[in-house]
Amino acid sequence: MNGVIETQDLSKHYGPVIAVDGLTLTLPKGEVFGLLGPNGSGKTTTILMLLGLTEPTSGTVRVLGYDPSRNPLQVKRRVGYLPDSVGFYDDLTARENLRYTARLNGLARAEAEGRITDAMGRVGLTSVADRLAGAFSRGMRQRLGLAEVLLKRPEIAILDEPTAGLDPEAAMEYLEMIKDLKAHDITVLLSSHLLHQVQAVCDRVGLFHKGKMVLEGTFDTLADRVLGGAYRITVETSRPDGLEPALRAIPGVTSLSQERPGQFQLEAQVDCRAEVARRVVSSGADLLGLTLERPSLDEIYARYFRGVDHEA
Amino acid sequence: MKREGSPWTGLWAVVLKELADHLSSVRMQLLELLIFLTAFAATFVASRQLRATIAEDPYVYLKLFTTAQDPLPSFVAFLGFFLPLAAIALGFDSVNGEHNRRTLSRVLAQPIYRDALLLGKFLAGIVTLGISLLALWLLVTGMGLLVLGVAPSGPEVARGLLFLLSTLAYAGIWLALALMFSVVFRQPATSALAAMAVWLFFAVFWDIMVQVAAQALRPAYGGDPFAALAQVRLGLFLSRLSPNTLFAELVIALLNPEVRALGPVFITQLEGAVLNSPLPVGQSLLLAWPQFTGLLAGVLMLFAGSYVLFQRQEVRA
Repeated sequence: MNGVIETQDLSKHYGPVIAVDGLTLTLPKGEVFGLLGPNGSGKTTTILMLLGLTEPTSGTVRVLGYDPSRNPLQVKRRVGYLPDSVGFYDDLTARENLRYTARLNGLARAEAEGRITDAMGRVGLTSVADRLAGAFSRGMRQRLGLAEVLLKRPEIAILDEPTAGLDPEAAMEYLEMIKDLKAHDITVLLSSHLLHQVQAVCDRVGLFHKGKMVLEGTFDTLADRVLGGAYRITVETSRPDGLEPALRAIPGVTSLSQERPGQFQLEAQVDCRAEVARRVVSSGADLLGLTLERPSLDEIYARYFRGVDHEA
Repeated sequence: MKREGSPWTGLWAVVLKELADHLSSVRMQLLELLIFLTAFAATFVASRQLRATIAEDPYVYLKLFTTAQDPLPSFVAFLGFFLPLAAIALGFDSVNGEHNRRTLSRVLAQPIYRDALLLGKFLAGIVTLGISLLALWLLVTGMGLLVLGVAPSGPEVARGLLFLLSTLAYAGIWLALALMFSVVFRQPATSALAAMAVWLFFAVFWDIMVQVAAQALRPAYGGDPFAALAQVRLGLFLSRLSPNTLFAELVIALLNPEVRALGPVFITQLEGAVLNSPLPVGQSLLLAWPQFTGLLAGVLMLFAGSYVLFQRQEVRA
């Protein structure tokens, strides 16, 4: 037993529709794992199976050593879950909503009050704790949802689309709070279709496509595998003639394209900017610009599925 | 596959939360208003009717519940009308409301089984109805005491309490029905309408259909007494499939000590009987026992139905 979440050949069929297809996944303790993919690719179904809220058609799940469909109470006691577009009881205050959750978790009253105040503080809702949840904005609701997760002091936090529908600033703040979970030694599984946002917080990601996890690994290894290189270098020169073969011959460069006259884009497995500069200058041309950028997860995803769809 | 852990975990938390919701809701305030109106109307009617006969009637207190005067219905008739509506009002959005507010998956992600959520909602509804009924019953009793000045006897109070229990069982039927529709239909408006449609069906159309069906299936021509009896029996059987009939018979037997049978009685069976002599409480209860268990069975069946449907339902919207 080395992972806090382990699934083996996990599948879920809704009639003829295959929502999740043969998922095998292991999450070590303390990791932030991103379940990424477009809407309807099976992320939420996977999460529901991890919590025992829906039964797998086949395959096995172990969460903290428990089988969620046989022993859901043990699992749900130790796992905090923030559902996709979470809702609260509008006619109760934020604090009362959390109080209900605390009671469902069987927390003693005094203990619960302390934890609620603490959780509200950590997500920055202290000032509105006694306002009706019905008056909360989308961002505040998401924070309250996170407070609910914190309230349980979970070993695992499962967050479904935590930043969807938030403005960029709120999303950034939210991601900071997720990083904070990791600092508290909580294993985090988060799902999202907003790849570029979660890129910053995830240790490892799995890309979902039509119920299958088609790619899995750290961001760098994915970039290597899909793009053939994790580095993209843009070169601007004054006289491009005859430069192309010289640049292509640099060790580590996997592809080269000319965007417009004088501007090349190289993809490389290593950072070879120094070599590029040397060759441009030694060819007699002026080096006007040299920039390095790391490709984003969005690109990896788009590129990979362009390839998949071509094969299909 | 066997699951572990108690299905009652968290039940108490759900009951308390739902109860607090019910008691502070606008629905409950409307219900309270109706309770007061009903109690006043019942006492008013009864007092005007009964004053004249107080001296002769040994069961004045029970008459409080059953006396009617045009245009006002009796207390019992009023209850039969108003209880199903109250129960439906408390239950029609129990589960689909949680779905629509997107709180269902959040609540079910807490360490409780679905059993606790459904049963908790049902129990909270029953307790709410129980509190309302008890308040109503005490109001009528109290006002009856003031107006009539006759204290109820022990057996009368016992009958009153049994009557209270049976109204609760009757209300339970409609609460369980509303709960089931709240699982089946995603829109609260649809489930409310469906429950009201069932209620209207039993309140208005069932009796007509029963008559037609009995006449068609067991025709009685030319005064054949056996055919006529068969028709009556079939009609009675069909009619008792309706919770309204069961409740009506239950109330008749419990609140009228003189009633000794709820079906056709042969003249030979009356031989040696002392007519108009009241039955003891235990005998009246025995008479209505099948009706009472029938109502309880209905509640259990409807609840079991919603339980099965709810367990199989997908959590995600």
